[in-house]
Amino acid sequence: MIEVQNIKKRFGDQEVLKGISTEFQNGKCNLIIGSSGAGKTVFLKCLVGLFTPEEGDILYDGRPIRKMGVKEKKNLRNEMGMLFQGNALFDSLTVEENVRFPLDMFSEMSDEEKLERVNFCLSRVNLVNANKKFPGEISGGMMKRVGIARAIVMNPKYLFCDEPNSGLDPKTALVIDELIQEITQEFDMTTIVNTHDMNSVMGIGDKVTFLHQGLKHWEGTKEDVMEETDNKELYEFIFASDFLKQLREAAIQSK
Amino acid sequence: MTFLNDIGKYFLMLGSMFTRPENVKMYAKETLRQVYQIGIGSFLIIAIVSTFVGAVTAVQFSYQLLDIGLIPMWWMGIIVRDSLILEMAPTITALLLAGKVGSNIASELGSMRVTEQIDALEIMGVNTTAYLVGPKIMGAMIIIPFLIIMAVFLGIIGGLLAGTMGGFYSMDEYVRGLQDGHENYYVIVMLIKCYVFAFIITSIACFQGYFVKGGALEIGNASTRAVVNSSIVIIVANFLIAFLLL
Repeated sequence: MIEVQNIKKRFGDQEVLKGISTEFQNGKCNLIIGSSGAGKTVFLKCLVGLFTPEEGDILYDGRPIRKMGVKEKKNLRNEMGMLFQGNALFDSLTVEENVRFPLDMFSEMSDEEKLERVNFCLSRVNLVNANKKFPGEISGGMMKRVGIARAIVMNPKYLFCDEPNSGLDPKTALVIDELIQEITQEFDMTTIVNTHDMNSVMGIGDKVTFLHQGLKHWEGTKEDVMEETDNKELYEFIFASDFLKQLREAAIQSK
Repeated sequence: MTFLNDIGKYFLMLGSMFTRPENVKMYAKETLRQVYQIGIGSFLIIAIVSTFVGAVTAVQFSYQLLDIGLIPMWWMGIIVRDSLILEMAPTITALLLAGKVGSNIASELGSMRVTEQIDALEIMGVNTTAYLVGPKIMGAMIIIPFLIIMAVFLGIIGGLLAGTMGGFYSMDEYVRGLQDGHENYYVIVMLIKCYVFAFIITSIACFQGYFVKGGALEIGNASTRAVVNSSIVIIVANFLIAFLLL
Protein backbone atom coordinates (compact mmCIF):
# COMPACT_ATOMS: atom_id res chain seq x y z
CA MET A 1 0.00 0.00 0.00
CA ILE A 2 1.17 3.52 -0.76
CA GLU A 3 0.00 6.34 1.48
CA VAL A 4 0.38 9.91 0.29
CA GLN A 5 0.29 12.56 3.00
CA ASN A 6 -0.35 16.13 1.93
CA ILE A 7 2.39 16.45 -0.68
CA LYS A 8 3.18 19.80 -2.20
CA LYS A 9 5.47 20.48 -5.12
CA ARG A 10 6.38 23.76 -6.74
CA PHE A 11 8.58 24.80 -9.66
CA GLY A 12 9.72 28.38 -9.11
CA ASP A 13 6.63 30.45 -8.42
CA GLN A 14 4.25 27.84 -9.74
CA GLU A 15 2.73 25.48 -7.20
CA VAL A 16 1.91 22.34 -9.19
CA LEU A 17 0.76 20.09 -6.35
CA LYS A 18 -1.08 21.96 -3.63
CA GLY A 19 -1.36 19.32 -0.93
CA ILE A 20 -2.55 15.90 -2.07
CA SER A 21 -3.41 13.10 0.34
CA THR A 22 -4.64 9.68 -0.71
CA GLU A 23 -3.79 6.00 -0.50
CA PHE A 24 -3.37 3.24 -3.04
CA GLN A 25 -4.22 -0.35 -2.12
CA ASN A 26 -2.43 -3.60 -3.01
CA GLY A 27 -3.82 -5.76 -5.80
CA LYS A 28 -5.79 -2.87 -7.25
CA CYS A 29 -5.47 -0.66 -10.28
CA ASN A 30 -5.42 2.88 -8.96
CA LEU A 31 -6.04 5.39 -11.70
CA ILE A 32 -5.04 9.02 -11.61
CA ILE A 33 -7.01 11.10 -14.04
CA GLY A 34 -7.18 14.78 -14.85
CA SER A 35 -6.87 17.18 -17.73
CA SER A 36 -3.48 18.23 -19.11
CA GLY A 37 -1.65 20.44 -16.63
CA ALA A 38 -3.59 19.09 -13.64
CA GLY A 39 -0.38 17.77 -12.09
CA LYS A 40 -0.73 14.05 -12.86
CA THR A 41 2.78 13.52 -14.21
CA VAL A 42 4.39 15.57 -11.43
CA PHE A 43 2.38 13.56 -8.90
CA LEU A 44 3.52 10.28 -10.43
CA LYS A 45 7.15 11.48 -10.58
CA CYS A 46 6.90 12.39 -6.87
CA LEU A 47 5.60 8.89 -6.14
CA VAL A 48 8.50 7.19 -7.93
CA GLY A 49 11.03 9.57 -6.41
CA LEU A 50 12.09 11.43 -9.55
CA PHE A 51 10.83 14.64 -7.91
CA THR A 52 11.09 15.43 -4.21
CA PRO A 53 8.03 17.15 -2.77
CA GLU A 54 8.69 20.28 -0.71
CA GLU A 55 6.13 19.23 1.88
CA GLY A 56 4.34 16.07 2.94
CA ASP A 57 5.46 12.46 2.86
CA ILE A 58 4.88 9.22 0.98
CA LEU A 59 4.71 5.93 2.88
CA TYR A 60 5.48 2.69 1.05
CA ASP A 61 3.96 -0.07 3.17
CA GLY A 62 4.44 2.16 6.18
CA ARG A 63 7.99 3.25 5.31
CA PRO A 64 8.19 7.04 5.01
CA ILE A 65 10.42 8.12 2.13
CA ARG A 66 11.55 11.26 3.97
CA LYS A 67 13.24 9.19 6.67
CA MET A 68 14.98 6.87 4.22
CA GLY A 69 18.73 6.99 3.68
CA VAL A 70 20.40 6.59 0.28
CA LYS A 71 20.65 2.81 0.64
CA GLU A 72 17.03 2.41 1.72
CA LYS A 73 15.88 4.56 -1.19
CA LYS A 74 17.91 2.40 -3.55
CA ASN A 75 16.32 -0.74 -2.12
CA LEU A 76 12.91 0.85 -2.50
CA ARG A 77 13.66 1.57 -6.15
CA ASN A 78 14.31 -2.12 -6.65
CA GLU A 79 10.73 -2.72 -5.50
CA MET A 80 9.35 -0.41 -8.21
CA GLY A 81 8.59 -1.00 -11.83
CA MET A 82 7.53 1.65 -14.26
CA LEU A 83 5.99 1.72 -17.69
CA PHE A 84 6.72 5.01 -19.39
CA GLN A 85 4.53 6.94 -21.79
CA GLY A 86 7.18 6.68 -24.51
CA ASN A 87 8.27 3.21 -23.29
CA ALA A 88 11.84 4.39 -22.50
CA LEU A 89 13.32 1.21 -23.93
CA PHE A 90 17.07 1.24 -24.54
CA ASP A 91 17.44 1.64 -28.31
CA SER A 92 20.78 -0.11 -28.58
CA LEU A 93 19.61 -3.23 -26.73
CA THR A 94 17.41 -6.03 -28.03
CA VAL A 95 14.04 -6.86 -26.48
CA GLU A 96 15.66 -9.62 -24.45
CA GLU A 97 18.53 -7.39 -23.29
CA ASN A 98 16.08 -4.63 -22.34
CA VAL A 99 14.06 -6.95 -20.11
CA ARG A 100 17.21 -8.56 -18.77
CA PHE A 101 18.92 -5.27 -17.91
CA PRO A 102 17.59 -4.92 -14.31
CA LEU A 103 18.54 -8.55 -13.64
CA ASP A 104 22.04 -8.01 -15.00
CA MET A 105 22.43 -4.93 -12.85
CA PHE A 106 20.94 -6.11 -9.57
CA SER A 107 20.43 -9.85 -9.35
CA GLU A 108 22.78 -12.66 -8.45
CA MET A 109 21.06 -15.10 -10.83
CA SER A 110 23.02 -17.26 -13.25
CA ASP A 111 22.72 -16.54 -16.98
CA GLU A 112 20.33 -19.48 -17.42
CA GLU A 113 18.09 -18.30 -14.59
CA LYS A 114 18.05 -14.79 -16.00
CA LEU A 115 17.06 -16.06 -19.43
CA GLU A 116 14.34 -18.19 -17.91
CA ARG A 117 12.97 -15.20 -16.00
CA VAL A 118 13.12 -12.97 -19.09
CA ASN A 119 11.29 -15.56 -21.18
CA PHE A 120 8.68 -15.97 -18.45
CA CYS A 121 8.02 -12.23 -18.35
CA LEU A 122 7.90 -11.95 -22.13
CA SER A 123 5.49 -14.85 -22.40
CA ARG A 124 3.41 -13.34 -19.56
CA VAL A 125 2.88 -10.24 -21.69
CA ASN A 126 2.17 -12.50 -24.70
CA LEU A 127 5.32 -11.55 -26.52
CA VAL A 128 7.10 -14.49 -28.06
CA ASN A 129 9.69 -14.75 -30.85
CA ALA A 130 10.72 -11.13 -30.40
CA ASN A 131 13.73 -11.66 -28.12
CA LYS A 132 16.35 -10.70 -30.65
CA LYS A 133 14.52 -7.75 -32.17
CA PHE A 134 15.45 -4.15 -31.43
CA PRO A 135 12.84 -1.65 -30.17
CA GLY A 136 12.93 0.10 -33.53
CA GLU A 137 11.82 -3.11 -35.25
CA ILE A 138 8.62 -3.74 -33.26
CA SER A 139 5.19 -2.08 -33.12
CA GLY A 140 3.98 0.40 -30.48
CA GLY A 141 1.83 -2.24 -28.78
CA MET A 142 4.76 -4.65 -28.65
CA MET A 143 6.96 -1.92 -27.18
CA LYS A 144 4.41 -1.40 -24.41
CA ARG A 145 4.50 -5.13 -23.69
CA VAL A 146 8.30 -5.05 -23.53
CA GLY A 147 8.02 -2.07 -21.17
CA ILE A 148 5.65 -4.03 -18.94
CA ALA A 149 7.89 -7.11 -19.06
CA ARG A 150 10.88 -4.99 -18.03
CA ALA A 151 8.84 -3.35 -15.28
CA ILE A 152 7.82 -6.68 -13.71
CA VAL A 153 11.05 -8.62 -14.24
CA MET A 154 12.33 -7.81 -10.74
CA ASN A 155 9.02 -8.83 -9.13
CA PRO A 156 8.14 -5.30 -8.02
CA LYS A 157 5.71 -4.46 -5.25
CA TYR A 158 4.71 -1.21 -6.90
CA LEU A 159 3.94 -0.73 -10.58
CA PHE A 160 3.62 2.74 -12.06
CA CYS A 161 2.24 3.32 -15.55
CA ASP A 162 2.37 6.73 -17.20
CA GLU A 163 -0.22 7.01 -19.97
CA PRO A 164 0.08 3.33 -20.96
CA ASN A 165 -2.39 3.71 -23.83
CA SER A 166 -1.01 6.79 -25.51
CA GLY A 167 -0.40 6.24 -29.21
CA LEU A 168 -2.17 2.89 -29.30
CA ASP A 169 -5.26 1.88 -31.26
CA PRO A 170 -8.37 1.21 -29.10
CA LYS A 171 -8.09 -2.56 -29.41
CA THR A 172 -4.42 -2.71 -28.42
CA ALA A 173 -5.11 -0.19 -25.64
CA LEU A 174 -7.74 -2.53 -24.25
CA VAL A 175 -5.29 -5.45 -24.36
CA ILE A 176 -2.66 -3.41 -22.48
CA ASP A 177 -5.25 -2.36 -19.87
CA GLU A 178 -6.31 -5.95 -19.32
CA LEU A 179 -2.71 -7.02 -19.06
CA ILE A 180 -1.98 -4.38 -16.41
CA GLN A 181 -5.04 -5.47 -14.44
CA GLU A 182 -4.19 -9.19 -14.67
CA ILE A 183 -0.59 -8.63 -13.61
CA THR A 184 -1.66 -6.40 -10.72
CA GLN A 185 -3.97 -9.08 -9.33
CA GLU A 186 -1.67 -12.00 -10.11
CA PHE A 187 1.37 -10.51 -8.36
CA ASP A 188 -0.62 -8.54 -5.75
CA MET A 189 1.07 -5.29 -6.69
CA THR A 190 0.10 -1.73 -5.91
CA THR A 191 -0.48 -0.36 -9.39
CA ILE A 192 -0.89 3.31 -10.17
CA VAL A 193 -1.89 4.30 -13.68
CA ASN A 194 -1.75 7.84 -14.94
CA THR A 195 -4.26 8.24 -17.75
CA HIS A 196 -6.89 10.32 -19.45
CA ASP A 197 -8.26 7.42 -21.45
CA MET A 198 -11.91 6.97 -20.42
CA ASN A 199 -11.89 3.35 -21.60
CA SER A 200 -9.20 2.64 -19.00
CA VAL A 201 -11.24 4.41 -16.32
CA MET A 202 -14.34 2.35 -17.09
CA GLY A 203 -12.37 -0.85 -17.63
CA ILE A 204 -9.78 -1.15 -14.88
CA GLY A 205 -10.43 1.73 -12.47
CA ASP A 206 -10.65 -0.07 -9.14
CA LYS A 207 -9.98 3.30 -7.63
CA VAL A 208 -10.04 6.59 -9.51
CA THR A 209 -8.42 9.79 -8.26
CA PHE A 210 -9.29 12.95 -10.15
CA LEU A 211 -6.74 15.75 -9.98
CA HIS A 212 -7.72 19.30 -10.84
CA GLN A 213 -5.40 22.32 -10.64
CA GLY A 214 -2.95 20.51 -8.38
CA LEU A 215 -5.54 19.24 -5.92
CA LYS A 216 -7.33 15.95 -5.38
CA HIS A 217 -10.77 16.95 -6.57
CA TRP A 218 -12.59 13.65 -6.39
CA GLU A 219 -11.99 10.03 -5.50
CA GLY A 220 -14.07 6.91 -6.06
CA THR A 221 -14.51 3.76 -8.12
CA LYS A 222 -15.32 3.41 -11.82
CA GLU A 223 -18.94 2.77 -10.86
CA ASP A 224 -19.03 6.00 -8.85
CA VAL A 225 -17.73 7.95 -11.83
CA MET A 226 -20.83 7.14 -13.87
CA GLU A 227 -23.15 8.29 -11.12
CA GLU A 228 -21.29 11.42 -10.11
CA THR A 229 -23.10 14.57 -11.17
CA ASP A 230 -22.39 17.04 -8.40
CA ASN A 231 -18.75 17.53 -9.28
CA LYS A 232 -18.80 19.90 -12.27
CA GLU A 233 -15.09 19.60 -13.15
CA LEU A 234 -15.16 15.79 -13.03
CA TYR A 235 -18.36 15.65 -15.07
CA GLU A 236 -16.93 17.96 -17.72
CA PHE A 237 -13.72 15.96 -17.85
CA ILE A 238 -15.27 12.50 -18.03
CA PHE A 239 -18.13 13.35 -20.30
CA ALA A 240 -16.29 15.73 -22.57
CA SER A 241 -17.57 13.94 -25.67
CA ASP A 242 -21.22 13.85 -26.70
CA PHE A 243 -20.91 10.13 -27.27
CA LEU A 244 -20.06 9.49 -23.62
CA LYS A 245 -22.81 11.85 -22.45
CA GLN A 246 -25.36 9.92 -24.52
CA LEU A 247 -23.96 6.64 -23.23
CA ARG A 248 -24.36 7.82 -19.65
CA GLU A 249 -27.91 9.03 -20.22
CA ALA A 250 -28.80 5.73 -21.85
CA ALA A 251 -27.34 3.87 -18.86
CA ILE A 252 -29.37 5.99 -16.42
CA GLN A 253 -32.57 5.55 -18.43
CA SER A 254 -32.13 1.81 -18.61
CA LYS A 255 -32.06 1.72 -14.81
CA MET B 1 24.65 33.49 -12.57
CA THR B 2 23.76 30.83 -15.14
CA PHE B 3 27.45 30.27 -15.77
CA LEU B 4 28.17 29.79 -12.05
CA ASN B 5 25.10 27.59 -11.73
CA ASP B 6 26.35 25.43 -14.60
CA ILE B 7 29.81 25.16 -13.06
CA GLY B 8 28.22 24.03 -9.81
CA LYS B 9 26.03 21.48 -11.58
CA TYR B 10 29.04 20.21 -13.53
CA PHE B 11 31.05 19.53 -10.38
CA LEU B 12 28.04 18.03 -8.59
CA MET B 13 27.58 15.69 -11.54
CA LEU B 14 31.22 14.65 -11.35
CA GLY B 15 31.00 14.24 -7.57
CA SER B 16 27.91 12.04 -7.77
CA MET B 17 29.81 9.57 -9.96
CA PHE B 18 31.94 8.47 -7.07
CA THR B 19 29.72 5.85 -5.49
CA ARG B 20 30.02 2.10 -5.25
CA PRO B 21 28.93 0.59 -8.59
CA GLU B 22 25.75 -1.50 -8.45
CA ASN B 23 27.46 -4.17 -10.52
CA VAL B 24 31.17 -3.91 -11.35
CA LYS B 25 30.83 -6.28 -14.32
CA MET B 26 28.19 -4.09 -15.98
CA TYR B 27 30.31 -0.97 -15.48
CA ALA B 28 33.38 -2.71 -16.91
CA LYS B 29 31.35 -3.90 -19.90
CA GLU B 30 30.08 -0.36 -20.53
CA THR B 31 33.62 1.04 -20.22
CA LEU B 32 34.89 -1.45 -22.80
CA ARG B 33 32.01 -0.52 -25.10
CA GLN B 34 33.06 3.12 -24.82
CA VAL B 35 36.71 2.27 -25.49
CA TYR B 36 35.62 0.46 -28.64
CA GLN B 37 33.23 3.19 -29.75
CA ILE B 38 35.65 6.07 -29.18
CA GLY B 39 38.76 4.19 -30.34
CA ILE B 40 37.62 2.29 -33.40
CA GLY B 41 35.14 4.96 -34.42
CA SER B 42 37.78 7.67 -34.46
CA PHE B 43 40.78 5.71 -35.74
CA LEU B 44 40.43 6.47 -39.46
CA ILE B 45 39.81 10.20 -39.22
CA ILE B 46 42.69 10.66 -36.78
CA ALA B 47 44.99 8.58 -38.98
CA ILE B 48 44.20 10.70 -42.05
CA VAL B 49 44.40 14.05 -40.30
CA SER B 50 47.57 13.33 -38.32
CA THR B 51 49.41 12.02 -41.40
CA PHE B 52 48.62 15.21 -43.28
CA VAL B 53 49.41 17.41 -40.27
CA GLY B 54 52.89 15.82 -40.14
CA ALA B 55 53.26 16.28 -43.90
CA VAL B 56 52.21 19.93 -43.82
CA THR B 57 54.49 20.67 -40.87
CA ALA B 58 57.42 19.15 -42.77
CA VAL B 59 56.70 20.98 -46.02
CA GLN B 60 56.13 24.40 -44.46
CA PHE B 61 59.16 24.28 -42.17
CA SER B 62 61.35 22.97 -44.98
CA TYR B 63 60.20 25.75 -47.28
CA GLN B 64 60.99 28.43 -44.70
CA LEU B 65 64.29 26.87 -43.60
CA LEU B 66 65.47 26.47 -47.20
CA ASP B 67 64.94 30.20 -47.65
CA ILE B 68 67.04 31.00 -44.58
CA GLY B 69 69.64 28.41 -45.49
CA LEU B 70 71.44 28.46 -42.12
CA ILE B 71 69.89 25.39 -40.56
CA PRO B 72 70.86 21.86 -41.66
CA MET B 73 67.93 19.94 -43.16
CA TRP B 74 68.34 16.99 -40.79
CA TRP B 75 66.88 19.29 -38.15
CA MET B 76 63.55 18.73 -39.85
CA GLY B 77 63.27 15.37 -38.05
CA ILE B 78 63.60 17.15 -34.70
CA ILE B 79 61.16 19.90 -35.65
CA VAL B 80 58.46 17.54 -36.93
CA ARG B 81 58.90 15.13 -34.01
CA ASP B 82 58.81 17.74 -31.26
CA SER B 83 56.06 19.85 -32.73
CA LEU B 84 53.94 16.73 -33.15
CA ILE B 85 54.63 15.44 -29.64
CA LEU B 86 54.22 18.74 -27.86
CA GLU B 87 51.48 20.44 -29.80
CA MET B 88 50.11 19.14 -33.05
CA ALA B 89 49.14 15.58 -32.19
CA PRO B 90 47.52 16.14 -28.78
CA THR B 91 45.78 19.41 -29.60
CA ILE B 92 44.55 18.66 -33.11
CA THR B 93 43.47 15.14 -32.14
CA ALA B 94 41.66 16.50 -29.09
CA LEU B 95 39.86 19.13 -31.16
CA LEU B 96 38.88 16.48 -33.69
CA LEU B 97 37.59 14.23 -30.92
CA ALA B 98 35.74 17.13 -29.31
CA GLY B 99 33.82 17.40 -32.57
CA LYS B 100 33.30 13.73 -33.21
CA VAL B 101 33.11 12.07 -29.80
CA GLY B 102 31.83 15.10 -27.89
CA SER B 103 28.83 15.68 -30.13
CA ASN B 104 28.12 11.96 -30.20
CA ILE B 105 28.10 11.67 -26.40
CA ALA B 106 26.01 14.82 -25.92
CA SER B 107 23.38 13.71 -28.42
CA GLU B 108 23.32 10.13 -27.06
CA LEU B 109 22.74 11.28 -23.48
CA GLY B 110 20.41 14.05 -24.63
CA SER B 111 18.16 11.65 -26.49
CA MET B 112 18.26 9.26 -23.53
CA ARG B 113 17.10 12.11 -21.31
CA VAL B 114 14.35 13.24 -23.69
CA THR B 115 13.03 9.71 -24.24
CA GLU B 116 13.01 9.08 -20.46
CA GLN B 117 15.62 6.31 -20.66
CA ILE B 118 17.63 8.06 -17.92
CA ASP B 119 14.48 8.23 -15.75
CA ALA B 120 13.95 4.51 -16.40
CA LEU B 121 17.46 3.79 -15.11
CA GLU B 122 16.88 6.04 -12.07
CA ILE B 123 13.69 4.18 -11.18
CA MET B 124 15.50 0.85 -11.43
CA GLY B 125 17.87 2.19 -8.78
CA VAL B 126 20.87 2.79 -11.03
CA ASN B 127 23.13 5.75 -10.22
CA THR B 128 22.78 7.27 -13.67
CA THR B 129 25.73 9.65 -13.50
CA ALA B 130 28.01 6.84 -12.37
CA TYR B 131 26.71 4.39 -14.99
CA LEU B 132 26.33 6.75 -17.95
CA VAL B 133 29.06 9.34 -17.35
CA GLY B 134 31.73 7.33 -15.51
CA PRO B 135 32.41 4.70 -18.19
CA LYS B 136 32.53 7.37 -20.90
CA ILE B 137 35.20 9.36 -19.06
CA MET B 138 37.08 6.21 -18.12
CA GLY B 139 36.85 4.78 -21.64
CA ALA B 140 38.11 8.03 -23.15
CA MET B 141 41.00 8.22 -20.70
CA ILE B 142 42.02 4.71 -21.67
CA ILE B 143 41.84 5.03 -25.44
CA ILE B 144 42.55 8.69 -26.24
CA PRO B 145 46.24 8.55 -25.17
CA PHE B 146 46.66 5.60 -27.57
CA LEU B 147 44.99 7.55 -30.37
CA ILE B 148 47.30 10.51 -29.74
CA ILE B 149 50.41 8.33 -29.65
CA MET B 150 49.26 6.82 -32.95
CA ALA B 151 48.76 10.37 -34.29
CA VAL B 152 52.37 11.24 -33.41
CA PHE B 153 53.63 8.11 -35.13
CA LEU B 154 51.58 8.68 -38.29
CA GLY B 155 52.46 12.39 -38.32
CA ILE B 156 56.14 11.52 -38.30
CA ILE B 157 55.58 9.14 -41.22
CA GLY B 158 53.62 11.88 -43.00
CA GLY B 159 56.59 14.23 -42.47
CA LEU B 160 58.97 11.63 -43.88
CA LEU B 161 56.86 11.01 -46.98
CA ALA B 162 56.23 14.68 -47.72
CA GLY B 163 59.85 15.73 -47.17
CA THR B 164 61.42 12.95 -49.22
CA MET B 165 58.86 13.08 -52.03
CA GLY B 166 59.18 16.85 -52.18
CA GLY B 167 62.95 16.61 -52.33
CA PHE B 168 63.52 18.72 -49.21
CA TYR B 169 65.63 16.09 -47.40
CA SER B 170 66.63 12.46 -47.59
CA MET B 171 65.27 9.69 -45.42
CA ASP B 172 68.63 9.40 -43.67
CA GLU B 173 68.64 13.10 -42.80
CA TYR B 174 65.10 12.90 -41.42
CA VAL B 175 65.80 9.77 -39.36
CA ARG B 176 68.98 11.35 -37.98
CA GLY B 177 66.89 14.28 -36.81
CA LEU B 178 64.30 11.99 -35.26
CA GLN B 179 67.01 10.20 -33.25
CA ASP B 180 68.77 13.35 -32.14
CA GLY B 181 68.20 15.09 -28.80
CA HIS B 182 65.02 13.32 -27.80
CA GLU B 183 63.56 14.53 -24.49
CA ASN B 184 61.44 12.03 -22.54
CA TYR B 185 59.96 14.95 -20.66
CA TYR B 186 58.16 16.07 -23.84
CA VAL B 187 56.40 12.70 -23.96
CA ILE B 188 55.34 13.13 -20.34
CA VAL B 189 53.91 16.56 -21.15
CA MET B 190 52.11 15.03 -24.12
CA LEU B 191 50.61 12.28 -21.95
CA ILE B 192 49.46 14.84 -19.38
CA LYS B 193 47.75 16.70 -22.20
CA CYS B 194 46.16 13.44 -23.40
CA TYR B 195 44.54 12.70 -20.04
CA VAL B 196 43.45 16.28 -19.42
CA PHE B 197 41.94 16.60 -22.91
CA ALA B 198 40.21 13.21 -22.69
CA PHE B 199 38.61 14.27 -19.43
CA ILE B 200 37.57 17.67 -20.80
CA ILE B 201 36.02 16.25 -23.99
CA THR B 202 33.93 13.59 -22.29
CA SER B 203 32.94 15.35 -19.08
CA ILE B 204 31.75 18.51 -20.86
CA ALA B 205 29.86 16.47 -23.48
CA CYS B 206 28.26 14.34 -20.75
CA PHE B 207 27.27 17.45 -18.83
CA GLN B 208 25.64 19.02 -21.87
CA GLY B 209 23.79 15.84 -22.81
CA TYR B 210 22.78 14.71 -19.34
CA PHE B 211 20.94 17.92 -18.45
CA VAL B 212 19.08 18.41 -21.73
CA LYS B 213 15.52 19.65 -21.32
CA GLY B 214 13.05 19.68 -24.16
CA GLY B 215 13.19 17.88 -27.48
CA ALA B 216 15.14 17.34 -30.67
CA LEU B 217 16.11 20.99 -31.06
CA GLU B 218 17.63 21.10 -27.57
CA ILE B 219 19.59 17.91 -28.27
CA GLY B 220 21.14 19.62 -31.30
CA ASN B 221 21.91 22.72 -29.23
CA ALA B 222 23.47 20.61 -26.48
CA SER B 223 25.61 18.83 -29.04
CA THR B 224 26.83 22.15 -30.46
CA ARG B 225 27.52 23.53 -26.98
CA ALA B 226 29.48 20.38 -26.12
CA VAL B 227 31.78 20.89 -29.12
CA VAL B 228 32.20 24.64 -28.70
CA ASN B 229 32.73 24.59 -24.93
CA SER B 230 35.12 21.66 -24.91
CA SER B 231 37.14 23.15 -27.80
CA ILE B 232 37.55 26.41 -25.88
CA VAL B 233 38.48 24.62 -22.66
CA ILE B 234 40.97 22.42 -24.56
CA ILE B 235 42.72 25.48 -26.03
CA VAL B 236 42.89 27.18 -22.62
CA ALA B 237 44.08 23.98 -20.90
CA ASN B 238 46.67 23.50 -23.65
CA PHE B 239 48.08 26.94 -22.94
CA LEU B 240 48.09 26.40 -19.18
CA ILE B 241 49.87 23.05 -19.45
CA ALA B 242 52.47 24.50 -21.81
CA PHE B 243 52.92 27.55 -19.61
CA LEU B 244 53.26 25.58 -16.39
CA LEU B 245 55.22 22.55 -17.55
CA LEU B 246 57.59 23.85 -20.22
